Formats: sequence, structure tokens, C-alpha cells
Amino acid sequence: MIELNEEYCKGCNLCIVYCPRDALEPAEELNEKGIHPPVEVEDRCNGCRLCELICPDFAITVVEKDEEEE
Amino acid sequence: MEKKEEKREVEMISAKEIRDKYLRHDMMPHIFCTGCGIGNVLDYTLWALEKEGLDMDKTVFLSGIGCSSRLPGYIDVDSLHTTHGRALAFATGVKITNPELNVIVFTGDGDCMGIGGNHFIHACRRNIDITVIAVNNYIYGMTGGQVAPTTPEGDYATTAPYGNLEPAFDMSEMAISSGATYVARWGVKRPNQPINSIQEALQNKGMSFVEMMSPCTTAYSRQNRMGSIEEFWDWYDNKTILAEDHERIKQYGSEEEKEELKDKIKVGVLHKEEKKSLSERIQELIEEVQV
Ligand SMILES: Cc1ncc(C[n+]2csc(CCOP(=O)(O)OP(=O)(O)O)c2C)c(N)n1
Ligand code: SF4
Ligand code: SF4
Repeated sequence: MIELNEEYCKGCNLCIVYCPRDALEPAEELNEKGIHPPVEVEDRCNGCRLCELICPDFAITVVEKDEEEE
Repeated sequence: MEKKEEKREVEMISAKEIRDKYLRHDMMPHIFCTGCGIGNVLDYTLWALEKEGLDMDKTVFLSGIGCSSRLPGYIDVDSLHTTHGRALAFATGVKITNPELNVIVFTGDGDCMGIGGNHFIHACRRNIDITVIAVNNYIYGMTGGQVAPTTPEGDYATTAPYGNLEPAFDMSEMAISSGATYVARWGVKRPNQPINSIQEALQNKGMSFVEMMSPCTTAYSRQNRMGSIEEFWDWYDNKTILAEDHERIKQYGSEEEKEELKDKIKVGVLHKEEKKSLSERIQELIEEVQV
């Protein structure tokens, strides 16, 4: 499951492009910064953490599902 | 086998913990353009610092001027942001006067090979125990895209509107031939190899040089029509070849395969050698003459 820091995200879309599970897609709506930030597609992420490393902007964190619920 | 081991180590700590430990969040978001790879070089360096467990109170970062030279400012550590091209001269001074410090330099291809070229070859020749992480985007990014000594022949720049006529320097080859004892080159697109390489560079007791090929999505991309951010990032996969594969094709490949090698850039650990560093030799000399 991914958490996005929208303040850091610049909308390069690299996470969406390189996710091996197609678990991310651009948001339909533009945000305040004028970009379509990534949003998660339900039940696809396998927690491989590639998006976390490929993001040039430190904007993505991959968290375990139960960690999120706590 | 080895790969598995590396992955496990990286997964032990969360990205959030790494960022909270090393990043200056008050400086974020960083200044780099959308899709620029310099942020990845910072990220991979932080992972390598963590894996190596370097004491940040005994570590100093230095840099010159350029987009890439802004990097030390984002790390919660003591740093010297020096003048253009001179980071290695300052780093030499820091390491010689306080050999206990881990000295790490961020530089750009312009900073390192252009105005700082002389400092670079002599730092390699002296084999000072420092780690240099060079962001090579083949252009002067910060000042808007002038030709650099690394710009490939035929590429466009604001100062080469008809294509660059000058032959380019290969930074890693220059480091090897000048005397550096650990030299590696990677693209930013694949995170694990550069993280491991930066860690090895930190371990090496001598001049370590890691060249990171990184897309400048503004100045270089616009001049050279690299397409979308995604297309530019994919370009690295088509353009690079692992040093081992390069060697194998050179020895056993077909004529056709050998022909294709001409357009490829070798990535991997390109050189490793054991040699006493100047900083260590100076310490030994001091002890000797003091007796
Ligand atoms: C003495 C001096 N000359 C020229 C400049 C202008 N200048 C600033 S950054 C730069 C080039 C930086 O290129 P590079 O090191 O490749 O870094 P990048 O911005 O591409 O990361 C130049 C020429 C300067 N700041 N100081
Ligand atoms: S962790 Fe892996 S699978 Fe999950 S969104 Fe990121 S890249 Fe995709
Ligand atoms: S100008 Fe180029 S090198 Fe500088 S931040 Fe922008 S993309 Fe990166």
C-alpha cells in the first residue's frame, strides 16, 4: 500500500510507468500544483518498493497494510 | 545468492525512517526539475550511508556549484558548499587535516570535468581517501544547457546549436587512468546496483569515484529532443551495457555485436585496486618523523 506526500510529488509519473503490477495510475483531477499525482489501484500492490526508490522526489512510501490501519 | 542478501538488508529499514534520519525536510521539496535524476542519486546515497552505518558526526559532504552540487544541502550533516570546480581541493584539505572524517563529494560533469578538471585528475593521482559521487547529465544544467566537456559529439546545447564538434571526455575512464582505486558507473534507472556501489565506494580506502548517468529533463532534454520523461529514462537501458557483457562480446561476439558496442556506454564496477592512499601515507610519515 502506498502513501503519497503530495507536497513533494512533482508529477513525473515514473512510479506509474515502472510499477511492475500496474498498481498506480494518475489521478483524474489536477491537484493544487497542477499535476495528476499517482493514486493506487485497489488490491494490486505487492509491496516490492520499486516506486519508493525510483521516485526522484522522496514522495512515495510503501507501507504494510496492517501498519496503515494502526 | 548475493542479490537476495542485498535486498534483505535494504528492506530492514523503512524509507520513512531513512528520510527522517538523513533528510532536511525543511529544505524539501528539493529544487530539481520534474523527472530529473539528481534526487535519485541523493536517495541511493542515503541508502548506502544507512547500509554502511556511517557515523554522521564523523562525516562531511562537500560540493561545488551546479544543480548536482546542491545535494549536500538536503542532508542533515555538516557540509561545505564551495566554489565551482573546487570541491575536491577543499576535500583534500579536510581529509589530510582530519583523516578520521569520512569525506564525500557530490559534483556534476561540468563542475568535475570542466572547471574542476585539474583538481579531479590530481585528486585521483594522489589517491586521497575520499568518495566522489558525480552526476553526469552531459550538460551544464543549472546555467541553462551549455556544452560540457562530457557532451557527446553531435549533441546539441545552447552553445552548440549546430551540434557539438568537440570529442567528449569519459569521466570514469579519466578517473581510472589518473589513479582512482574504485571506479563505477551506473544509470539512475536501476536503484540497487548504485546503492551497493556507493557503499563499496565508501568502504574503499582511497579515491573512489561513482559516476551516475542522470537525465537532465530540462536543459539537455529540450535541446536534444529526448521526448517524454519516460522515453528519456528508457534511453539509458538502450544506451548502456554491463561491463561484463561488453568484455564477453569483445572476446567472443559476432562482428555485428561488436559493431553495436561502439554506441554503448559501459556500466558496472569498472576498476578496483588496492593501493595505499595519500592520506594514510601522510599519517604514517607524521608518526615516523615524530619519533
Ligand atoms: C567560477 C564560475 N564560473 C562559472 C559559473 C557558472 N556556473 C554555475 S553552475 C555551472 C555548470 C554546472 O554544470 P554541472 O557541474 O554539470 O552541474 P549540473 O547543473 O548539470 O548538475 C556553471 C558554468 C560559476 N558559478 N562560477
Ligand atoms: S510497491 Fe511495487 S507493486 Fe506496489 S505500487 Fe510500488 S512499484 Fe507497484
Ligand atoms: S536543469 Fe537539468 S540538471 Fe538541473 S534540476 Fe533541472 S533537470 Fe536537473
